[in-house]
Amino acid sequence: MANVSVKNIRKTYPNGTEAVMPCNFDIADGELVVLVGPSGCGKSTLLRMVAGLEDITDGELQIGDRVVNDLDPAERDIAMVFQNYALYPHMSVYKNMAYGLKNRGTSKEDIDHKVREASAMLNLDDYLDRRPSQLSGGQRQRVAMGRAIVRDPALFLFDEPLSNLDAKLRNQMRIEIRNLQRRLGVTAMYVTHDQVEAMTMADRIFVLNAGRIEQVGTPSEIYRTPASTFVASFMGAPPMNLLPATYNGNGSVHLNGETSLKVDAPKDHIGDIQLGIRPEEVKLATGKSATPFKLELIEELGASRLLHGKLAGHDFTVNAPNNDAPLADNLMLDIPSDALHMFDHETGKRL
Amino acid sequence: MKRAGFANYWLPILLLLPQLTIIAVFFYWPAFNAVQSSFYLQDPFGFGSQFVGFENYADLFASKEYAKVARFTLLFTLLVTATSLATALLLAVKADKVLRGARTYKTLLMWVYAVAPPVAGLMGVMLFDQNIGSVTDLFAWFGYDYRLGVNYWDTAFAMIIVSVWIQIPVNFIFFLSGLQSIPQHVREAAMIDNPSGFGRFWQITFPLLAPTAFFLLIINITYALFDTFGIIDTLVKNNPASNPMTLVYKVFVDGFRGNDMGGSSAQSVVLMVLVLALTIFQFRLLERRIHYT
Ligand SMILES: Nc1ncnc2c1ncn2[C@@H]1O[C@H](COP(=O)(O)OP(=O)(O)OP(=O)(O)O)[C@@H](O)[C@H]1O
Ligand SMILES: [Mg+2]
Repeated sequence: MANVSVKNIRKTYPNGTEAVMPCNFDIADGELVVLVGPSGCGKSTLLRMVAGLEDITDGELQIGDRVVNDLDPAERDIAMVFQNYALYPHMSVYKNMAYGLKNRGTSKEDIDHKVREASAMLNLDDYLDRRPSQLSGGQRQRVAMGRAIVRDPALFLFDEPLSNLDAKLRNQMRIEIRNLQRRLGVTAMYVTHDQVEAMTMADRIFVLNAGRIEQVGTPSEIYRTPASTFVASFMGAPPMNLLPATYNGNGSVHLNGETSLKVDAPKDHIGDIQLGIRPEEVKLATGKSATPFKLELIEELGASRLLHGKLAGHDFTVNAPNNDAPLADNLMLDIPSDALHMFDHETGKRL
Repeated sequence: MKRAGFANYWLPILLLLPQLTIIAVFFYWPAFNAVQSSFYLQDPFGFGSQFVGFENYADLFASKEYAKVARFTLLFTLLVTATSLATALLLAVKADKVLRGARTYKTLLMWVYAVAPPVAGLMGVMLFDQNIGSVTDLFAWFGYDYRLGVNYWDTAFAMIIVSVWIQIPVNFIFFLSGLQSIPQHVREAAMIDNPSGFGRFWQITFPLLAPTAFFLLIINITYALFDTFGIIDTLVKNNPASNPMTLVYKVFVDGFRGNDMGGSSAQSVVLMVLVLALTIFQFRLLERRIHYT
């Protein structure tokens, strides 16, 4: 168990791709950090640098109290779970889990004890003699977990471990992994492009965009105060509505000529802005002060329904509770002033 | 599953006929001839033959000369197979590491495959030649008097080297594609699990390469036993008597130089049995071959 400290780490691939721009962060002992971002943003690259599978172009990586830049993956005291499980096809489940221990000179009894403990934890007792090809996807995933657990490493690394599973199993494994990590108290870095996974599992989320860390924060911080339009639209499903608007400096934003909304805390930024409103923070209303909304399409989600339409001429989505009431085409919305997020018109940074 | 069938009974036979004819004319008929003539003692000048039963076989197995050739064939096959497989594997592992240079590397190695065995033999003759051979010069520099075609083991050495050289490209290509088909993430998992590169090779890479290696083993044994004829022929053409030769080459020497058709036929029958055994062995093992994924 250990903390991780990253100073100005950077990755440029031999072909010139700058996959990870210089970044700094610390991960506390026992913390689970989720790296999230769209495809190609450098999540795997960052993780693989920590694992030692990719050279670090520049910067310093510390796991525990050791700088590990020049150590081989096997010497970094990490365990990694891969997207495709990466089990050894010619070894039984038991041997797959035992392999890492065997190479570290653990005694036969200790290996046996640890493997059996892990297999009991992961419900793999009945499969210890099977080859990976004789297992289902979920079982393979468990073996991959088991292989990581038995090693009792300082740091777990997960690279999209659940993306090959079906939705139901993914939910189940998500919880299992989270619980295991808590119980074992092992520091973990977890890569995913699934924002639900990120929100539900993370102690802290790192949102990556084009090789840069865009925001670091707890799931609720990321959700409540997204640092940029990128984070705002990436985290949250359905994504935050983003509308062009102007701010007049005296406490209200204008969407177009007629429509304007009150803002709580006045900001000193006057002029064009991007206005962000979460679909679930808007309510259907009837009052005079409400904002008109033109309904175009309803998406039923069961517990709630998504109303797609136009607000002041811009695409807008509302997440409304599902009470089966028939809806008219022209609705009124109640948009509370604390639901408004203001972003810079050009840089997309939060104001 | 429903099987597609032919309505007409004769159609499939008709379709198979060209293939069957070829097999019959070029394989069964000569094979039958060989078996038949192995029971006869033929007049060297072709004036008739006499039935002798198993006498040709009895002579064969009693012959010290034949035993010697058989022993050499065994040694030759072992050395050629082992050396060419090991060298090719080593080269493939190196090439696999430098993926970017691999193209040039592959081409450099592959062109050897295009050299016909007799030509390779000829190149061998030149390299190992008494007067102009550069290998001979090399040996001389070390103080060894190398004599191709005169000294039994000197000739054997050239035979083995040239045979290995010709076979390396095929082995290399198979090994390399075998290596490249091992999933990258499995290797990476192994890098995390095992600090020793040597251990990773023998415990992860090599077992995953085993199906390829087994296939190549059979191919190489067959090659060393039978396909080296051209090389041996070129190297020992002038003077087969005092030189090493393999069983296949002896069939040719006894039959066409010694005009002993009966004995030569008996030898080819022995070889046929050997091939048969090898084939059965291969199929048995292939059936049991582990399919990992
Ligand atoms: N070996 C490589 N050589 C050159 N460029 C690479 C290499 N591997 C990745 N890249 C590039 O680096 C960038 C980041 O890749 P990375 O694999 O880290 O993305 P990712 O965030 O994991 O994406 P995904 O969610 O699709 O897995 C991409 O633009 C990719 O094309
Ligand atoms: Mg990735």
